[in-house]
Amino acid sequence: MANLQVNGQARAYDGDPSMPLLWYLRDELAMTGTKFGCGVGLCGVCTVHLNGEAVRSCQVQMSEAAGKSVTTIEGLHPKHEHPVQVAWRDIGVPQCGYCQTGQIMNAAALLAKKPAPTDAEITAAMAGNLCRCGCYPRIHAAIRAAAKGA
Amino acid sequence: MTELKPHSKITIANVSRRGLLKGVAATGSLVLAAQLPGAKGAFAAYPTGAQSMPNGVVTNPKVFVSIGGDGIVSIVAARAEMGTGAARTALPMIVAEELDADWARVRVVQSPGDEKTYGNQDTDGSRSVRHFIQPMRQCGAAARKMLEQAAAKKWGVPEGEVEAQLHEVVHKPTGRKLGYGELAADAAALPVPADDQIKLKDASAFRYIGKGTVRITDIVDITIGKATYGQDVVLPGMKFAVIARPPVVGGKVASLDATAAMKVPGVEKIVRLEPKPAPAKFAPLGGVAVIAKNTWAALKGREALKITWDDGPNKVYDSKAYKAELEASIRKPGKVERNEGDVDQALAAAAKVITAEYYAPHIAHATMEPPAATARMQGGKWEVWAPVQSPGGARDDVAAAVGVKPEELTLHTTLLGGGFGRKSKCDFAIEAALLSKEMGGAPVKVVWTREDDIQHGFYHTVTAERFEAGLDAANKVIAWRHRSAAPSFMANFVPDPKHPGDIELGMGWVDSPFNVPNIRMESGEAQSHVRVGWFRSVNNVAHAWSIQSFIAELAAQLGRDPKDFLLEMIGPPRIIDVAKSVTTPWWDYGEPAQTFPVDTGRLRRVAELAAEKAEWGKQLPKGQGLGIAAHRSFVSYIATVVHVEVSDKGAISIPRVDTAIDCGFCVHPERVRSQLEGAAVMGLTLAKYGEISFKNGAVEQSNFNDYQLVRIDEAPKETRVYIVDNGIEVPASGVGEPGVPPFAPALCNAIFAATGKRIRRLPIGDQLA
Repeated sequence: MANLQVNGQARAYDGDPSMPLLWYLRDELAMTGTKFGCGVGLCGVCTVHLNGEAVRSCQVQMSEAAGKSVTTIEGLHPKHEHPVQVAWRDIGVPQCGYCQTGQIMNAAALLAKKPAPTDAEITAAMAGNLCRCGCYPRIHAAIRAAAKGA
Repeated sequence: MTELKPHSKITIANVSRRGLLKGVAATGSLVLAAQLPGAKGAFAAYPTGAQSMPNGVVTNPKVFVSIGGDGIVSIVAARAEMGTGAARTALPMIVAEELDADWARVRVVQSPGDEKTYGNQDTDGSRSVRHFIQPMRQCGAAARKMLEQAAAKKWGVPEGEVEAQLHEVVHKPTGRKLGYGELAADAAALPVPADDQIKLKDASAFRYIGKGTVRITDIVDITIGKATYGQDVVLPGMKFAVIARPPVVGGKVASLDATAAMKVPGVEKIVRLEPKPAPAKFAPLGGVAVIAKNTWAALKGREALKITWDDGPNKVYDSKAYKAELEASIRKPGKVERNEGDVDQALAAAAKVITAEYYAPHIAHATMEPPAATARMQGGKWEVWAPVQSPGGARDDVAAAVGVKPEELTLHTTLLGGGFGRKSKCDFAIEAALLSKEMGGAPVKVVWTREDDIQHGFYHTVTAERFEAGLDAANKVIAWRHRSAAPSFMANFVPDPKHPGDIELGMGWVDSPFNVPNIRMESGEAQSHVRVGWFRSVNNVAHAWSIQSFIAELAAQLGRDPKDFLLEMIGPPRIIDVAKSVTTPWWDYGEPAQTFPVDTGRLRRVAELAAEKAEWGKQLPKGQGLGIAAHRSFVSYIATVVHVEVSDKGAISIPRVDTAIDCGFCVHPERVRSQLEGAAVMGLTLAKYGEISFKNGAVEQSNFNDYQLVRIDEAPKETRVYIVDNGIEVPASGVGEPGVPPFAPALCNAIFAATGKRIRRLPIGDQLA
């Protein structure tokens, strides 16, 4: 049995302890804002916050999530107006959009730690998040804009 | 354990599509224009290939527009949204423009797959805006007219006294107003006005078109996790499936032991799927499906399967050996595809002949969303949710696979987490339906993992290209022979085509615009051992890369500036009559050549614009260089200049990209810019890393560790986009795809300028180390 918090709500899980948090969120809780992309921690589309740290939910087993607090895109901001989300809209970052919740979660975690990151810090922090449409220039610009607004 | 055979009957819609398109090319645009019924022709200032597509065009506002009593205007998006913004933003925006609706009060409603109702839905070929700007304007204008008629009737005044103005109709003499919501019911009861009653807006009155101010429709949902892609569909009682597919195309299960898999908690059923013999169109590959209560259980069950495979004849496929086969194919005379003058004689008489060969491998689409689909059947009615580029075509194919009529199946188009051509093929949707059928109609979601996606795709073809250029004593190019060999995607539809089809020939090859008196293109034979599909910009990728690289090679050998030499090769502004010298009717992207000819003036202009903006000729430090390439594809003209820096160790960085596009009239400049920014990244990925290779018939790569994509830290630091400013009278052309082809050659030409090293084999990989 694993007890955890998801977006502030207490949850109990008694299935396979080796199941990645990703599939618990998507298949058991139907919280599909956290996406599946590679399953091996290489693309970042499944990024969530675990006790405030950005993690790849495909690499976190349910046994490791026990006792911890998970924040997903659905719970990033009560009104869905986190500065990163707002900047994403203002700059028109997405094309297909599939990777963007992971990008946003990663960017939000970066800004929580470093409210005014340098360009190099942005690039380094975001290098684990792939975007096949190639929205990188706008991702960078949106993080810059969100940092200014933060 | 059950045997499950896909339905045996497949229709070859794409082949008949090609037949139709050929017909257009052969009969010419004047005939096409004359064939347009009045209803379509009245506002079609110019003919396009839209009416020649299966199920053509529908403009009826009663199909696309509905208005609630609250004034909310719902506009149907009938095509698939995969990230260009065309389907769910640009086209509804065009309707809203002519309707003079307030965009804030517009809702976009996704249609199901149904081409009889909505017209062609095949979202492919950079066609959406090109084909639908005119019909959607007409649709919106007709709806506006109906609102005006309803208001005039209500007030008992002549129609000439009323005018729609931003979501309300005004009686001009009195200033009385009625909101669209107040008029909706009356307007809906009116007949659709005849064409001669409809008046399009003057372009000077546009609020949205051409402005680039409308945000993409799904921007909020995307940023809060509410946007629903194929992977995200959730139904009550849904089961989750993954499939162990044969490693070699055409392979079959020789033996299966599912005992351990069935013991995995959560696994509910194991199903064998038989492959279809080639040509199999978009049929699934077959294999063994594991159906479980969640994806994780299905994955663990799949790992526990013990399968031996009978690989079949494609086991021989080996990329190293096949490269040699393709090279042999281009080193001998091939099938003549275009011929002008006498190349043999000119090459024999040339003062100098320069020859080079290029090789570009298979690549995989690797959409960030791996394929997925969900299906269920209740009371004989099927429903399928899938991220497919061709919702109407997928509906037909899935219905046939489960043995029902298309009318008995609803195909819900989800958002596509990237398409790039992969999701033109609906194999994954067929899989979901077959497995749901096996579960008595219970909802089943088929999830493809990244490994499934990389190893069981429809791959971009593999290409070998050979050039021979003959120079006269004054170093003018007098002969140009270009041979190309690449397995054709037509092998999905017909047995062993050996040579490219008209679409492949037309993708930046036989339509080459060069000012050389003796030209011949010859295709070499190539047999397909895998599922070759189309990848964003298709054969243009290898053709543009090799052609534009070879032109820069010639420039270097002649000591000429590459940009000046490229412009000389393009020659003076003129229209190239491709049709006169090709052996297969010229495809021209399915368009009437009268509307979309090969115009070298437009190609020159983008090359000059990109060069000027990039400050072509500027002095750069050692290890840095500029490269240029210009290419017409999807009837648009694009030139790209890449500035590269190559380190001592051969690492590439790209400080800047300058890209100029002439896409005719530009409906949404902001989205065009985003497409070209993205194309630079995708172009860099395919140049730097893109390679799918086969050994013993199976793909050697598996995930993003060995099939790398460019990341943010290696992407171009800056991509500047310049859009040629055209009026609405210049036909809108393609945008989604054409940004990709010029990137790789511009990069390779920049690398040559920086290092003197010529790349003749993609990907670049460690060739600079």
